Amino acid sequence: MSSHDAYYIPHKATWPVMATAGLVITLAGFANYLNGSAAGATMMYVGLAIFIVMLAGWFTLQATESESGMYSKQVGISYRMGMMWFIFSEIMFFAVFFGTLWYTRNLSVPWLGGEGVGAATKELLWPSFEATWPTNGPGNVGGEFEPMSAWGLPFLNTLILLTSGVTCTWAHHGLLAKNRDQLIKGLIATVALGFLFVAFQAIEYHEAYTEMGLTLGSGIYGSTFFMLTGFHGFHVCIGAIILSVVLFRSTKGHFKPENHFAFEAAAWYWHFVDVVWLGLFIFVYLM
Amino acid sequence: MSAVIAEHDDHHDDHEHHDHGPEKGLLRWIITTNHKDIGTLYLLFALAMFFVGGIMAMIIRAELFEPGMQFVQPQFFNSMTTMHALVMVFGAVMPAFVGLANWMIPMMIGAPDMALPRMNNMSFWVLVAGVLLLASTLFMEGGAPAGGWTLYPPLVLQTGKALPFAIFSVHLLGISSIMGAINIIATIFNMRAPGMTLMKMPLFVWTWLITAFLLIAVMPVFAGAVTMLLTDKFFGTSFFDAAGGGDPVLYQHIFWFFGHPEVYIMILPTFGVASTIIPVFARKPLFGYSSMVYATASIAFLSFIVWAHHMFTVGMPMAGELYFMYATMLIAIPTGVKVFNWTATMWKGSMTFETPMLFSIAFVVLFTLGGFTGLMMSIAPSDFQYHDTYFIVAHFHYTLVPASVFILMAAGYYWLPKWTGHMYNEKIGQLHFWLSAVSVNILFFPQHFLGLAGMPRRIPDYAVQFADWNMISSIGGFIFGASQLLFLYIVIDTIKGGTGEKVTDEVWEDAHKHGLEWTLPSPPPYHTFTTPPTVIPTEHI
Repeated sequence: MSSHDAYYIPHKATWPVMATAGLVITLAGFANYLNGSAAGATMMYVGLAIFIVMLAGWFTLQATESESGMYSKQVGISYRMGMMWFIFSEIMFFAVFFGTLWYTRNLSVPWLGGEGVGAATKELLWPSFEATWPTNGPGNVGGEFEPMSAWGLPFLNTLILLTSGVTCTWAHHGLLAKNRDQLIKGLIATVALGFLFVAFQAIEYHEAYTEMGLTLGSGIYGSTFFMLTGFHGFHVCIGAIILSVVLFRSTKGHFKPENHFAFEAAAWYWHFVDVVWLGLFIFVYLM
Repeated sequence: MSAVIAEHDDHHDDHEHHDHGPEKGLLRWIITTNHKDIGTLYLLFALAMFFVGGIMAMIIRAELFEPGMQFVQPQFFNSMTTMHALVMVFGAVMPAFVGLANWMIPMMIGAPDMALPRMNNMSFWVLVAGVLLLASTLFMEGGAPAGGWTLYPPLVLQTGKALPFAIFSVHLLGISSIMGAINIIATIFNMRAPGMTLMKMPLFVWTWLITAFLLIAVMPVFAGAVTMLLTDKFFGTSFFDAAGGGDPVLYQHIFWFFGHPEVYIMILPTFGVASTIIPVFARKPLFGYSSMVYATASIAFLSFIVWAHHMFTVGMPMAGELYFMYATMLIAIPTGVKVFNWTATMWKGSMTFETPMLFSIAFVVLFTLGGFTGLMMSIAPSDFQYHDTYFIVAHFHYTLVPASVFILMAAGYYWLPKWTGHMYNEKIGQLHFWLSAVSVNILFFPQHFLGLAGMPRRIPDYAVQFADWNMISSIGGFIFGASQLLFLYIVIDTIKGGTGEKVTDEVWEDAHKHGLEWTLPSPPPYHTFTTPPTVIPTEHI
């Protein structure tokens, strides 16, 4: 019963309204930019700035409240549920693009090549098209390209992310054992590996664009390749930034073995990003 | 802060305390974290959007009153059908149910508030931002999106300046829905009063729990689909372009993987409210409580595996047609369980027919009709005749207007006295009901005939053979639209004092046996259940 009495209900929330303003200004700016409006980009940066200030402010508020003991165990459960279901929504978001890859490779590209219901389509539209993977379609959209090999930077990146998962867990053990030194070292290693991953991915993209002729516009292969790896890379950046904040808080002496929701949330998110990468490595690079 | 709350729990109705009462003035509504305030915001916003979407419907029916071009350009007409759907789905029906969830779930499960109050505030304002972004497209070069609410490529890619705004609006609406849904799940799982076990929860809470799961599962899918539209249009990808190896039909698959659960997102809370209201006015416990829970869960599960019944005519392999046909027919079973349960609840009950009950009974009858036409369309070979005709328009309007919207009206009449402490005018309520119930059938029933005779949907003009039924349908539409002004009047009148009659805590006879909200004062104080209740009503089980 006492945990019910102590449920913390904040009042006068100003950050959510600011978050909304930041979001809508960013998106409206981006839309204007896509429509060719000169002011669009500026508007987008203003929105982003508002959003970043909001994030700093809101997270500082949450950290302060947490450290001053305002969150009961029950509040902590709400936060954990929130994070868990947020990650579930992210899984569904990635599922769309994995599903797209599956559908095109197993259904629509073979149909274009004349399989099953596609026999007439092939004869009438593209009689010379052979269904293979990778492909940029019967229109040779985006021109000739070389597909990305799994054994090179992508494999190295797999090892990097897997190692970062281990260092993250090692940091967690440090936190639980009240070994702050281990916590901080583990987090530094995780964050460093995360950014290293992003750097290698940037090199990979650079090679694809400059040497291999592989771009976002390289038909369905380029579309799925860059959409999947791109959204994943973006999530690695977000995860690494979250872990950096957790690292910063750790150096300030935050977190106790019994109360460290922010660390847990960051770690869950990191493992989620890790698992998505394994899916990518198998379905985008290997198969 | 927490200590302060605990200290004051012995006088719940302390409005004035600086930490507890609402802020003064307009700012209260902007920065509020209170579930009742946010619920009110959602409900009022939804009501406003109901009229905005309604005006669009009136434009559609005015144009279709007679064959030939009457009032608007074809492009604008198509914008109206598209925007009417988007505004009604994302601006009116869904927010209205989220508003009810905000107001009622904490009070029904004995919680002090929603689990994540700051996020609650954000999900409302992001909704407003999303709808504003969508509405702004009406004034853009090239007009608002006009390719239908499903935003099918390649047609939708011909939209003018509005396209990226519409897409980002979908993103914002998705963010809002996901945050709202996460909050509802966390509240239900984590904030129930001791003794409020899952199988003692009111059905409205159960249906919302399952709806929230659907929202989190499918809103990201829609977001992904429209993101691919964006990159196809602006960044040279080929997801929905066969020349590059993509497939426009893929968009339809992804859209309806979202879209089918989405239509259940609008109907499951409807079931929940109906299951709440009918027992109170039948003065009997709900028949088959646990079967209602399992039926709801079954419907939610099935909603994920039937999506391609929206696409029988795109040229799927035969195996696909057959699978989606039989899977769809299965939905009739749990839905039938529900309809029979409501009927059995009323059987030999001491029924009275106040406005909320009238709307609920009309819902049971008319929703069943909409369900039957759904069953007709689940038969793939028959659907080749019905596809994209007015028959489908009639079908889904029967499941949305005299179902979801009627139940939202019922919920309004049922809980307005609790929310405001005032009684609504029963005579005007009954007038509103009868006008709505008769006109909604004049409006939508003839559309079945039009569809079977072959009138396509989403057209501003039609062959003369469709003239009579269209005119009758439009007349029904105008009466239905005008009748809703009565509801607006009643809402305003009740907030201002209604009949002047002082309502009791339970408002409806013996309602306190059915739900915790009726054990609280009318109107409830700003903060309720800061200490959890000890007695859990179980009459609804």
